[in-house]
Amino acid sequence: MKRFQSKITGLVVCLAVAFAFTLVSRTAKAEELRIGFLTPLTGFFAQIGKDMRNGFQMYLDEQGGILAGAKIKLIVEDNLGKAGVSVRKANKLIRQDNVHMFIGGLLASTGYALAPVSTRNKVIYIAPISAADDLTQRQKKKYPYFIRTGWTSSQPSHPFGKWACEQGYKRIATIGADYAFGHETIGGFQKSFEDCGGKIVQKIWPKIGTIDFGPFIPLIKRDVDAVFTLMVGGMSLAFPKQYKAAGKTAPLLGGGTSADEFILPSMGDEAIGYVTSLQYSASLNTPKNIAFVKKYRKLYGKVPSYYSESNYTTAQWIHEVMKKTGGKWPGRTRFIEIFSKIRMDAVRGPVYLDQDLNPVQNIYLRKVARLKQFGYPKAELWNTVIKTYTNVSQYGDIGRAKFLKQPVYSRNFPPCKYCD
Amino acid sequence: MSQQFRTFLKVTLVLVLLAALLQIFVFQKSLDFWVIQVFYGISYGALLFLLASGLSLIFGVMRIVNLAHGSFFLLGGYVALTVIWTTGSWLLAIPVAALTVGVLGLIMERIFLRQVGFDPLRQVLLTVGFALLFQQATLDIWGGDNFFINIPDYLNWSPRVGDLFFPMNRIFMIGLVVVVGTLLWLLIEKSRLGAVIRATVDDAEMARGIGIDTSRISMAVFGLGAFLAAMGGVIGGGFIGVFPGLDFEVLPLAFAVVIIGGMGSLRGALAGSMIVGLMDNIGKGLYPELSYFTLYAPMVLILAIKPTGLFGRE
Amino acid sequence: MINLLRNKVIIVPAVLLLLALISPFVPSFILLLIIQVLIFGILALSVDLLLGYTGLPSLGQAAYLGMGAYLAAILVDRFEFGLSCDFPLVLVLGILIGAATAAFFGLFAIRATGVYFLIITLALGMVVWGVANRWNSMTGGDNGINVLSRPACGVDLSNDVVFFYVVFVVYSAALGGMYVLVNSPFGKSLMGIRESETRMQMLGYNTWFHKYLAFIIAGGYGGLSGVLWTHLNGIVTPEDVILTTSVDALLMVVLGGPGTLVGGAIGAMVVVGIREYLSTWVEWWQYVLGGVYVLTIYFLPEGLMGLPKLIKKRRPARKSEPPAEASSVET
Repeated sequence: MKRFQSKITGLVVCLAVAFAFTLVSRTAKAEELRIGFLTPLTGFFAQIGKDMRNGFQMYLDEQGGILAGAKIKLIVEDNLGKAGVSVRKANKLIRQDNVHMFIGGLLASTGYALAPVSTRNKVIYIAPISAADDLTQRQKKKYPYFIRTGWTSSQPSHPFGKWACEQGYKRIATIGADYAFGHETIGGFQKSFEDCGGKIVQKIWPKIGTIDFGPFIPLIKRDVDAVFTLMVGGMSLAFPKQYKAAGKTAPLLGGGTSADEFILPSMGDEAIGYVTSLQYSASLNTPKNIAFVKKYRKLYGKVPSYYSESNYTTAQWIHEVMKKTGGKWPGRTRFIEIFSKIRMDAVRGPVYLDQDLNPVQNIYLRKVARLKQFGYPKAELWNTVIKTYTNVSQYGDIGRAKFLKQPVYSRNFPPCKYCD
Repeated sequence: MSQQFRTFLKVTLVLVLLAALLQIFVFQKSLDFWVIQVFYGISYGALLFLLASGLSLIFGVMRIVNLAHGSFFLLGGYVALTVIWTTGSWLLAIPVAALTVGVLGLIMERIFLRQVGFDPLRQVLLTVGFALLFQQATLDIWGGDNFFINIPDYLNWSPRVGDLFFPMNRIFMIGLVVVVGTLLWLLIEKSRLGAVIRATVDDAEMARGIGIDTSRISMAVFGLGAFLAAMGGVIGGGFIGVFPGLDFEVLPLAFAVVIIGGMGSLRGALAGSMIVGLMDNIGKGLYPELSYFTLYAPMVLILAIKPTGLFGRE
Repeated sequence: MINLLRNKVIIVPAVLLLLALISPFVPSFILLLIIQVLIFGILALSVDLLLGYTGLPSLGQAAYLGMGAYLAAILVDRFEFGLSCDFPLVLVLGILIGAATAAFFGLFAIRATGVYFLIITLALGMVVWGVANRWNSMTGGDNGINVLSRPACGVDLSNDVVFFYVVFVVYSAALGGMYVLVNSPFGKSLMGIRESETRMQMLGYNTWFHKYLAFIIAGGYGGLSGVLWTHLNGIVTPEDVILTTSVDALLMVVLGGPGTLVGGAIGAMVVVGIREYLSTWVEWWQYVLGGVYVLTIYFLPEGLMGLPKLIKKRRPARKSEPPAEASSVET
C-alpha cells in the first residue's frame, strides 16, 4: 500500500509544481502587454515563419520593446505550419501565458482554425498573413475578435484578372496548391478574368507541399496563352524550374506567393518575367520602403518579404493603438474599435480597415527582373512594380453586397465552364 | 512464385490493355501524355527503390520493421547538404552521405538493437524511439529550415525528343538506380555474402545451425539498408526537399512499396517501387483528386489477395 | 498476490476520484492537457486490448480515432447534429463507425500476426489518412473541418470543467467496460491466443473470430476517442489521422505497460506531458521523449506499471509478502 501512497504523493507534488508555475506567469504586472505569436519555426515553412517573426521583432526592437509605455512580452510558439498544432499552441498562449492577443498563422487553413479559438476564448486574434477570405467576409459575424492586417487571398487577384484581359490573354490554365488559399486566389482571378471575357480552360490542384511537379506539368494544355500559378513556400521555387525544364513556354502569372521575395534569392533566370500581384513589393520606390529594405537586410541578411512587412506593420499598428490609450490596455472591444479607425501610413503604402476589418490598400502588379537597385552592387532578381491599383478592397469592383451573395471561392466556385 | 507471378502478369497485362482502350476512347489523352507520365513514373520509382529496398532487406534478415528508415533518408539529405556547403560538390555528397549514414546504421544495430536480443517487437519499438531522437538531433544540428539540394548545372537541362522534354536529373536518377540495383543483385545473388544473407532470409534458425553468424549478417544488412536510404535522401533532396518531418512523410511510401512488392526480396522492392511510382504518377495525372487513394487502394487490394506481397514468402 | 490485485482494483478508482476532485481547481491549460490524456487513454485502451491482451501490435489505431473525429465534425458541420442533447447519440455513432471500419479492415488485417500485423494496420491507417486528405468535398482536405462550439444539453460543454467531467465519465466507463471484458471468458481466451495461438486452436477455439472481435471492439474504442477529440480541439485535420498519432498511441501503451489497461493512461500522461507541456519550457523535449521511450524498452519491458514489481524484486524479503510471480500478476 505504501508505494501507492507515495505514487499519489508524487502526483500531487507534480500538480502543485505545475500550479505554482502557472501562478507565477499569471501574477504579471499591469502595464505589460502580452502578445502570443504563432508561426512555423520548423518544417516545410520554417523560413517563412522566421520572416514573419523577424518583421514583428524588428519593429519591437526599434521601439526598445516598449510601445507607448506598454512593455511588450512577446511569446513565440512554433506551430509547425499545421492547423491542429496551432489550435493547441493558441490554447497554451491563452491559458498558460494569459496573453492579451495572439498574432500569426501562416496558411489560410491555420486562419480558419485559429479564428474559432479566438471566439471561444474571447481573445483578440490578428492575422497579418493568413488570408482565408471568409473570416472577414461571410463568416465575419462568428468572429468578433478577429482583425486582419494582411489581405484576403482573392484581394490581389481581382485587379490581376482584369490586367490579364488587357494583355490580350484569352485562354489561361491554372495550377495551384489544393487548399483554401489556393482555391480563393485562383477563384478570384478566374472571376475577374472571366468577367472581362477571358476563359479559364483548365484547373490543376496539386497537394500543398508538392515539390515534384512531374505528374502535373505534362497535363498543362499546349494551346493556352498563359499559366496562372499559386505556389507556397518550397513549391514556389520548384515549379518554374521544372516548368522550364519540361520545355513549357507559356508566360507565367501567379498569386503573390508564387514569386515572393522570400524565395526570389534562391531562384534563377527561369523566374524572369513571372508576373504576380500583391499588396507589397520589396522594390517599391518609396523612401519609407527603401529604408525598411536596407535596415531589414542589414539585420537579417536578406531582402524582406511581404511576410516581414506585414508583421512589421502589424506591430506598428498596435503601437498606434497604444499611443491613443496612453499605453494602457483598453480592453478587447475598445482595442478593436480604436484599431479599426486608424489610417496607417505603412511601408507598403496607405492602409485602413474596411467595415469587416480587412485592409483596403494598394495592390501592385510585379514582374520579376534582374537588375541593380537601391545601391546594391549586384544585379539581383527583384519584383519590379509594373502597375499600381490604389485603394483596393477585398470586394474588388463587385461591391460588398453583391460579393457576399456569391459563395466563397472554392474548387467548385466559380465553376470551370470552359474546362473539358 | 512463378505460377502466381505469371497469373499476375497476365492480369496486369489485361488491365493495362483495358486501361489503354479506356484511355483512347474515354480519356482521350495523347500518346505523349502516356510516354511522359511513364517516364516520370519510372524515375519516381527509382527514388522509391533506394528508399524501400533497404527496408525490405532489413525485414528479410532481421524480421523487424525499421520505423527509423525515414530518418536515414532524411539524415542522408542533411549530411549531403553539409558536404555540399563545405566542398561544393554534389557528386561527392552522394557517397559521403550514404557511407556516413550506413556507418550510423551499423552502430545503431550493434550497440542498441542487438541488446534487446532477437525480439522483433521490442526492436521495432526501439526504432521508433530512435526516430524521435534523430528528429531532435537533426533539428539541433541543421535547424528547422527547409532546404533543397540543388542539382548541378550539368544535370539541369532537358534533352528533347520530338515534342517531349526529358529532364536530365531524372535520367541520371534512373541510371543511378540501374547501377545500384545491378550491384545489389550481384551482391545478393552471386557473392558468398549474398548466399549467406539469402540463407538467413530463408531460415535464420537453420542458418545459425550451420554456423552462420546471423548477428553479423544483421549488422551488415542494417548498415546496407541505411546506406541505400541515405542515398535516396540525397537524390530526393532535389525533388522533395530536406526538412524536419520528412522522415515520417516518406515512411508510408516505403511501406507501400514493400507491402506491394513483398518483404525481404530485392525483386519485390524493385517491382513494388515501379508499381507505386507509375501508379502515383499516372493516378495523379488522370484523377488528381484521388491521388492518395490511387496509391493506397491497390495496396489494400494486394493485401487482400496476397498478404505477403507479390514476391514475399508465406 | 491476491493482495496486490485487490489493491489495484481499489487504487484505480481512488486515483480517478482524486482526479475528479482536484481537476476543477487546476489551471485551465493543465485541465486541457488532462482531458487530452483521458482521450488518449481511451485510444490507448484500444491499443492495449490488441497488443497487451491479444498480442497484436497495431500501428494504425489513429484510423479509428479519425473515423470518429470526422464523423462528429461532419455531423455538426453539415447537419448541425450533435450540438444539443443528441450528443450522446454521436458518441454511440462514433463507436459504431469505428467498429464498422475495424470490421472491414479486420478482414485484411487479422490473417497476419506479429510484425506483419503491424505493417498491415499501418497500411490501412494510411488509407484513411489518404481519404481524409484528398476527399475534399467531404473532409475539407488540408483545411480540415472546424467545429465552432461544443455540445450543450442542460449544461454547456464549452466550459472546460464540464467537458472534463463528460470525458472523465466516458473514460471511466470505457475503462470499466474493458476491465469486465478482459476478465470475462472472452478476455481469457484472447490471452490464451496471445500465449499460444496453436494451442488455442487445438483446444477448439476459433481464434480468427476471437481476434476479429477484439479488433472490432478496439475500433469502437478508437471511434469513441475520436468524437471527444474533435470537441476538445474544435477542429479535425488529416494531421490527426497521420502515422505519428498511431505511433504515439502504441508508444503510450508500451510506456505504461501492455496488458494493464490503466497503463495506457499513464503512458498518455507521460507522452502528453512531454509533448504538450515540457515542450513549452524546453526546446530539447524530443530527447526526453525518445530517451524515456528507449530506456523503458531496455529496462522496463512491462512498462511503468511494471516498476513497483521491479523495485520489489530488487529489495526482496523486506516484507512478509512472498515474492511476485510473473504469471499471477497478469490476471
